[in-house]
Parts: sequence; C-alpha cells; structure tokens
Amino acid sequence: MPETAGIEYTKVAEIKGPLMIIDGITKASFDELVEIETADGERRLGKVLEVGFGKAVVQVFEGTTGLTITGTKAKFLGKTMEMPVSQELLGRVFDGLGRPNDGLPDPIADKFLDVNGEPMNPERREYPTSFIQTGVSVIDGMLTLVRGQKLPIFSGSGMPHNILAAQIARQASVVGTKEDFAVVFGAIGVQYSEAQYFKRSLEESGALRRSVLFLNLADDPAIERIITPRVALTVAEYLAFDLGMHVLAILTDMTNYAEALREISAAREEVPGRKGYPGYLYTDLANNYERAGRIKGKNGSVTQVPILSMPADDITHPIPDLTGYITEGQIVLGRDLFRMGVYPPVNVLMSLSRLMKDGVGEGKTRSDHMEVGNQMYDAYSRAQEVRALAEIVGKAGLTGVDLKYLEVGDMFEQHFLKQAPDENRTLDETLGRAWEVLSTLPEGELTKIRDKHVKQYYKGK
Amino acid sequence: MVAKGRIVWVSGPAVKADGMSTAKMYETVEVGDSKLIGEVIRLTGDVAFIQVYESTSGLKPGEPVVGTGQPLSVLLGPGIIGKIYDGIQRPLDEIASKSGAFIGRGVITTPVDMKKKYKFKPTVKKGDQVGPGSILGIVEETPLVTHSIIVPPNHPGGKLADIAGEGDYDIEHIIATTEKGGDKLPLKMYHKWPVRKPRPYAERYDPTVPLVTGQRVIDTYFPIAKGGTGAIPGGFGTGKTVTLHQIAKWADSKVVVYIGCGERGNEMTVVLVEFPHLIDPRSNRPLMERTVLVANTSNMPVAAREASIYTGVTIAEYYRDMGYDVVLVADSTSRWAEALREMSGRLEEMPAEEGYPSYLASRLAEFYERAGRVRALGSPDRAGSVTLVGAVSPSGADFTEPVTTHTIRFIKTFWALDTRLAYSRHYPSINWMQSYSGYLEDVSKWWKENVTGEWYDLRAESYQLLQREDKLKEIVRLLGPEALPDEEKLVLEVARMIKIGILQQNSFDKVDTYCSPQKQVKLVRLMVKFYKEAQKALKAGTPLADIRAMPMIPSLLKAKFEIPEEQLNKLDDLDKQIDSQLRKAAGSAVMTEEAKVVA
Repeated sequence: MPETAGIEYTKVAEIKGPLMIIDGITKASFDELVEIETADGERRLGKVLEVGFGKAVVQVFEGTTGLTITGTKAKFLGKTMEMPVSQELLGRVFDGLGRPNDGLPDPIADKFLDVNGEPMNPERREYPTSFIQTGVSVIDGMLTLVRGQKLPIFSGSGMPHNILAAQIARQASVVGTKEDFAVVFGAIGVQYSEAQYFKRSLEESGALRRSVLFLNLADDPAIERIITPRVALTVAEYLAFDLGMHVLAILTDMTNYAEALREISAAREEVPGRKGYPGYLYTDLANNYERAGRIKGKNGSVTQVPILSMPADDITHPIPDLTGYITEGQIVLGRDLFRMGVYPPVNVLMSLSRLMKDGVGEGKTRSDHMEVGNQMYDAYSRAQEVRALAEIVGKAGLTGVDLKYLEVGDMFEQHFLKQAPDENRTLDETLGRAWEVLSTLPEGELTKIRDKHVKQYYKGK
Repeated sequence: MVAKGRIVWVSGPAVKADGMSTAKMYETVEVGDSKLIGEVIRLTGDVAFIQVYESTSGLKPGEPVVGTGQPLSVLLGPGIIGKIYDGIQRPLDEIASKSGAFIGRGVITTPVDMKKKYKFKPTVKKGDQVGPGSILGIVEETPLVTHSIIVPPNHPGGKLADIAGEGDYDIEHIIATTEKGGDKLPLKMYHKWPVRKPRPYAERYDPTVPLVTGQRVIDTYFPIAKGGTGAIPGGFGTGKTVTLHQIAKWADSKVVVYIGCGERGNEMTVVLVEFPHLIDPRSNRPLMERTVLVANTSNMPVAAREASIYTGVTIAEYYRDMGYDVVLVADSTSRWAEALREMSGRLEEMPAEEGYPSYLASRLAEFYERAGRVRALGSPDRAGSVTLVGAVSPSGADFTEPVTTHTIRFIKTFWALDTRLAYSRHYPSINWMQSYSGYLEDVSKWWKENVTGEWYDLRAESYQLLQREDKLKEIVRLLGPEALPDEEKLVLEVARMIKIGILQQNSFDKVDTYCSPQKQVKLVRLMVKFYKEAQKALKAGTPLADIRAMPMIPSLLKAKFEIPEEQLNKLDDLDKQIDSQLRKAAGSAVMTEEAKVVA
C-alpha cells in the first residue's frame, strides 16, 4: 500500500466517544494506522475501523478529549499498526502502545511486526506436553501448567492474583535455568501499585533483565487497552519463535480490555450480545488467547497466564465465561478460602487444567501423578458435600467414612493447598503431601488409583 | 457473464462492492488485489454485500471484485480422507508449505492432490446405463476406505460410451463418457458440489442401528442411532470436546468428519497428533485413515467459520452416498451461530433474541435435517448414513439461551453436561436426569440380536436406582443420611457404585477409554445383581455396614479400568464374589445373633 502512505486529511465530520469520522477520503484501507495531529500540535494514534463511501471511521487510542472538528489533521500511514522488535527489548519498559516508557531511547528494531499477528496454523502447532514446575502445590499437583498452554487466573477484586502470578513467574523460571526463558508482562488498566509490585518482584528475583513490560495503567487512555495485549503478544511470539525462548506472558486485567472493547462497540452503535458486550467478544478474545503455544521445529514457546477479575465474583459473566471457552482451563480463586486466610485461595473444584493429562505421568513427572490429582479432586469434592451435610445434621449425625472426609477437607486446605508466597515446593514434596492427605481415608475409598500405586504410596491403615 | 465490480466499503469481514449487478446470491467472488475469497450474501441494486473468508486487514475501497459464477462448493473425490482443511476446504498442510506456521492470505491451493494416481477398478462396462449417483468403479483411498467413484447427482445419466479399464489414473483423467440424446458428457474421478445444497438420495430409512461409541453412559443409557442427531451442550470445562473426541475415536462408523468450528487450535493439533497412532479396535488400522478434519479455529476468519459446517456436512454426505456410515461431529455449533450473528449485525438486520438473527432456528433445522440413514441414488443399491453430533456452548452454562433451546427442537438425543458434575470430576459429566435419547426403543432390537436380550431391562433397572437416588438425595440434604431406612441407604450406596463404576469413564485411561457393548452389559448386570442380592441379605438381617465393607466393592468399582477387554471372564469372578461375600456377611450376622442368644 505504499501509494497511500502519508496522505493527510483535514475534514473531520464527527467526533463521538473514542471515534473520529473523517470525510473526503480518497484512499484508505481497513485496519490502517492513522496519525492524528491536534490543533495545538499534539500527536495521537488511531486505526481505521470502517472505510467506504468517502468516509473513514477511526478509533483514537489516546481518546478524543481535546480534539476539534477544525484544525485536526489525520495522516493515513499506509500500514497497519506495527511493533519494532529485537533482542534489545529485554529489560525494557513500554507504554500500552509499545512506546518506550523508561526514559531510554527507542530500541533498534530487528524487524517490524503487525501487532494483530496471524492465526497459527493448527497443522504446524506442536502439541504442548512439557511440564512446568511452578513450585505451587495446587498447580503442580492438580492443575499442572504445560509449556505453551494458556491458563488464566479468574479472580475477584482484592484477591491475591498478582501475588500468585508473580510467584509463578519467579519460580517457573528458576527450573530449567539452562533454557532461555523470558517474561512478557502486559498491564491493562491496572493500578500503579499492582504494576509496581510485579516489576519489583521480577527485579528481586533477577528476572527483570529477561522481561519486557507493557504498562497501561488505570489512568492511561482506555482505548489504548485494545492494543496492549496485542503488542505484548507480538513481542512474546517474536521472542519465542524467532529467538527460541520460552516465554511466559502475563496479561492483567483482561476485564479492562473487554470493557474498552465494549466502549468502542457502543460508540459504533453495534447490536450488543450479552451485557452490552459486542457479539464478537469471543472472537476478539480468542485472537489474543490463541497466541500461545508451540510450533513444530522451533524451540521456543509462549505460555499465557491472563488474569481477569470476575465482576461480582460471577463466573458466568461474559468475560470469564467466554475466556473459559477459549483457554485451556482456568485457575479460579475463591472468596471463602481468601477470607479464611488460605494462600493461594484456589477453588480447585472450579479450576481445571485441560493439558495436565498430557504433561504428567510416566517419563514426564511420576506415574501416579494423574491418578493422585483425580483422587484429590474426588476427595475434596466429597469433603465439601459432607461439610454441607454437617451444617444441617451436625457432626454427630455423620458416619465413619464421612467423618474421615471432614478431616480430609481440612487437611487438604491446610497441609496441601496452603503455602507461603515464597515457598517453592518440589513435585515430590507436593505429591508426598497429597498422599498424606489421601492416607487419611480408608484404602477402599481410593477408587481412582490403580492398586499398584496404592500399594506403593498409601500410608494409611 | 461474471460480475466485475469495485470495493466501496470495508468493515471487518464485511465488504460492499458496486458494479455487481450480474452477481448471484451466494456466488463466490475474489475480493481485492490479493484475491481474497468471499461470498455474496446480499444484493441491493448493483451493490453486493460480501462476507470475506480471510482477514481484510489492508483492503481498501477501489480494489476490484470479480465473480466466479460458482456458488461456494467443495471438491469431492479421492484424497479427502486424512486431510485437515480450513472452513472452505483449503488443506492446512498446503497453506503451511506456502505461508509457514502462520496462516497467510490469498493462498491458492487445491483440496486434493490432482496429480496423485489412484488404481481405478471399473465396476460397470461400456454400454451400461448409468444414472445420477451410480457407481462407476472403485479406488483404494486409504487401507480403511474404498472410495466409490460416483456419477454426480446432478448429472443427467445415460449410456456409457466409454469407461476406462483397470489402471492408474490421476483424478483429472476422464474415466468415463456418457451419451444421452447425442450429448456426450465426460466424467472424472471427482466432481464439485455446492455446500449449502443437501445431496439428494433415493429414500430415507428409519435409524435402528445404534452408533456404538464405547462410552457407557452414551451406549447404555442415552444411545444415538446411525443416521440420528444428537446435541451435547455444556458450560466450559464440562468436557464437550473430550466427549466429541471420544465419539470420533471409537464410534463404529466407516468415516468420521470432525469439524473444529471456532474452537482451540490445540484441539485440532491433538487430533492430528493422536489419530495416526490410535488404532481402530475393529479394523486394527490407524484412525486417521478414516478421518477428515475441518478446522476453523477461534482466531481464524469468522466468515469461514460459518462455511465450515456446510463444508463438513457435504463431505459427510458424499461418503454416505458410497454406502458408508459417517459420523460428523461439530464443535461447536454455538460458534457457528455467533458467526451468523456477527454477519447479521454487519448486515444491520433486525436481531431476535440476544442479537442472534431471526433465521437462527431455521438454519439449525436445515443443518440437522442433513442427518439420516438413506438409500443412495443410482446403482447398485446401497444404504449409508450421516449421524450428526453437535456441541453447544451455552453462555454462562445456561440452557435457556437461544442456541441451546433451538437446537433441542431438532435433535433426538440430548446429552446435557453438568457443571456441578464436572466440578466434582464426574466425567463424562453427562447428567443422567436431564439427558434423554429418542432412539431407545429403536436400538433395543439391535442389542437383543447382537449382544443380549437383557440390555433393555438391565438398563431400566439400573436407571431406576439412579432416579430413586435423585429423590432420596433431597431428603438426605434436609435430614442427613441417618434419617433413611437401611433399604433406602442401600439404594444410595448402589447408585454411588453405578456412578463411579459405570457412568464415570476416564477417556485418558488406556483400558477405560473404550468399553465394548459386552463389557458394558456385564458391568451393569453386576451392579443390578449386587443390588438385588444385597437387598435380600438386608431383609434377612445382614447389617448394612457389613454389606458396605465387602472387599469386592472396590474391585467392582475399578473393574472398568483394571479388567481389559481380553479378560472379561474376570468379571464373572466378581459375580461369584458377590454371592460368596454376601453369604459370609450374612453368616457373621447370624453368628452375632446366635452369640446374643447364647448370652
């Protein structure tokens, strides 16, 4: 499209919400990047959402505050939005649109990549099967993270999702230090203190120089949030598939992203789907989440841990709901456990890792791993049932085995689930603790475990 | 004359072009300088509204649009089996070899290898009369699938003026020529068929043969018939995809068409990785030799997602026409409905519920009506079937949302996945109280003739226990289990055993992943016998605690994965253990009674 490069238009027809409608367009393409110059010389960026019949609808990332109908210039740059990438990005901090934010000059670009990326061909994907040890018992034992997986954390306001994500980032990178790893962190509309916590945590563990940070903070322009995960994932893909690194991409908070999307959709007067979110929210989220995985014949991987806060802790809200349909499982934080002071407050029954089965077992972790995980789910779920029953009939109304399950419930939470934010457990320790929990039960209750494993590990009477 | 117009407007996958007065509805067009593939979905004056099957990023007004004169079609001929296609039948391996690991745009490919030679064996001879749908000959497509070369259903038929002898030909080779009223028509090993038009057949049959899937809760409790329809709705994490994978793996059909419609990329990859190594238990050949994949993942262009369903079902009908049983699984029809919604929104149509277009129900009906067991057109006489199974992804796991409620109207087997069961890791999380099958009576004859006449009654007896448990659980929830008499506690106990030992099935366990009808019946019979015998023992005074403590119970619950198909006689040992251990329990009870008397 070089022939359209740098065409400037000055006929602004309408400004509404985050959108600017420009008239008299002779040459512009869909998705094209636009540089806007306000009457007082300030520069902003935008992109074309719709073009035709002499008009272009442009979404302005920095917001339309202060823009005027007369005196505003829009330069159509003849390209889509691109991110300059190179190894020099490591250790740097950028804003939500991918511009340096740390006072240092622009990094020298090795190449420029379209931030929208392209869909990975399923035929060329390598199926993820390598276990990532996070040192967090509940994740390693029951919700195993696999290299190339996309496993979100569903949280609620005030809960320690950032502490957990930071712990994963620190501890997962310690194992396999021989391999090249990197952390890409995208802050999407989060508070300054949260972003700072993450940065400090990476700094203290020495991982900051292997990290790239993109910060769109709560007081930064909302529409910029549409781009933040895209630039972050573009860099993640580059580090993984061009430089061969194992990348952990953490995006927080995707709820803010979806809200920015809704704002644009509303301004365009589109027919809404559920709760005012656009009908294409699923597709749009998928375009971000699917940018994780491995590719045949390449060393690197992108593992994605997006974080989102469930409005009013409601898992059926469209954002967690659609996310759960796209990602390969979910780690759900529970308000009750959080109130009880259990860290990490993971509600395991609502959580799931779809790729666990492929990352564990003989030759990968331990042959009893999957069965122990399943039995732990079963036991804790029974424990919850018994707890509910005990509330009605009292402990005295319970029979022998049920009382054992009550014990299992407490032990599960205190001995297995609970650990310190800086406690890094080995897999053997995690599975050992799981067997200690299960050994509270009579042997006959272990219906999900093969007899040979029961013989080998069961410690009960 | 083909239409030649210019783009006047672009917004996402929707494009308007003017100068298109000669374009036809649903005609395929080439859009822009990079010749993206699109389809005309509305005509207003000389402006055509086009949905584009590839990313429109960078497309601009003024670029050309050229019609092809053809509706969106698939190529039907040898070479389809084992392939993975995108939503419009472009092979993903070809795309990868041209544009690398990421899917580029405007890649031109052919659906099958046009140069590959197949050994053709004619089954008709010169001078024979052939009609639409008649078989001309066969080629070996894969060791599992013999591919019949069919006269296209829209061909007028006629006398064979010429037919190729046995030999190796590529599919472009003219293998036969028909003559009718002086017109000579050449026939090749392939033909094209428009995806939105169901392929015709001679006659429809009632579905009476079950599709055996090796999944206990499906085959025994909620069976589906060959040629039938089923839907599997469930919230995320309830195991829709795993269940569909299980059906694709183990169903006793000749051909499987798997459509990944707006779902995860890795879910298609895992099929590509696993299926070449998984061995079909009936033919001992790799499953990939009977499988076709249509993959339009969630991040691929949304318009092609809409097309992928039709591409898949047309391929399924084609193999049906050869006289084969075909299973098509579509994961997920909700994403297809969302694609409809997105295009409808761009067309600015008046929305019905939740923004879905008002024609959602009729589109779903049209799709599920393409299932069926039929007598194919032409000679020789042959019956084939297409079984359709669609996943539904209701938002918020709410079954009252439009896609679920409309789907239920057009299907006969309903497997309701339950979030609460999934949370307690009861997989497959098919809720036995909400699910139903409309084929129960139809398939019972097959079970009687091929497995055992007991199936229908055993199923009913065990199902009744589950129903009783469901009612009793209400009481337990209010009053605790101790409020129940022992007889009812026994019902709870056996229902628990049925849930663990039969309904739950581990897809990832080597043994448990497939359970033959014979093993299914044996397991159910053991449970029913256990209940009846224990009930007697209880009446005779054996304490419930002693029945619960019988050492054979854990073995019975683990039999599904500890006893492989080759050792089913071990299940007979368990049968004997029920008798002996109950007798022992009763004996010790009598002894305590005696002890009391003595005291």
